[in-house]
Amino acid sequence: MSVTTSTTTQVYRVYIKATPQAIWDAITRPEWTDKYGYQGFVEFDLRPGGAFRHRASEQMRATGMPEVVVDGEVVEADPPHKLVQTWRPTWLDEPPTRLTYEIREGQDGVSSLTVTHELDGAPETASQTAGAIEGAGGGWAEVLSDLKTLLETGRSMHA
Amino acid sequence: MIDDDLVFKALADPTRRFLLDLLFARDGRTLTELESELAMTRFGVMKHLRVLADADLVITRRQGREKLHFLNPVPIRQIHDRWIDKYTEHRTAALLDLKRELEGESP
Repeated sequence: MSVTTSTTTQVYRVYIKATPQAIWDAITRPEWTDKYGYQGFVEFDLRPGGAFRHRASEQMRATGMPEVVVDGEVVEADPPHKLVQTWRPTWLDEPPTRLTYEIREGQDGVSSLTVTHELDGAPETASQTAGAIEGAGGGWAEVLSDLKTLLETGRSMHA
Repeated sequence: MIDDDLVFKALADPTRRFLLDLLFARDGRTLTELESELAMTRFGVMKHLRVLADADLVITRRQGREKLHFLNPVPIRQIHDRWIDKYTEHRTAALLDLKRELEGESP
């Protein structure tokens, strides 16, 4: 039997020497999101149906990005372990995608963060998050590697 | 915690790099699909996937009755950030020093 599965899901995982709460805060609080990855400021109404907005950093605005770069809706919020939301880059004409963050506490103060991004019908969004677009950053791999550095060393790559 | 040793060890094998390339080309494949691309027993492919999973380069996820394999590029990115950046930065700096030296000393 040979079944060809077609999936447009991306899965990423990183281990971080930090508490689940610290990781949760770094994902959901604007003072943290401006310090890693693509930077900018998130706004979360952390309850089902609550609004999500990712506001551009000044640097992003300078390159002509809209004020709200990504929008979406919270599907499930179970702090500090699970966050499910929709996620739609506002400058692309594609349907919202589904993003799940799962945070698990491990041994020796190390927690794992798994990001599952379901990108059905959104190939351009998928290229962005895979870091496959020249000059548009490294996608989730860069964001998560950056987040790890920030939480473990306290040092921002974008001081 | 994933250490660099596990990642380097996992990458130090052509079959495992080929498996990563397969997943890079199309993510979320079953063992059967991956096995069909290799002249190797199912058991052999499973062993390689195990090494990749131990290094966290491959993550499995159940979807219905199937177990799908996904490429996780984060450990490679970390090696890039930790090692490659460091050395290329150094090289760039060395070239800049050379440039300064060659251009700066006017007779």
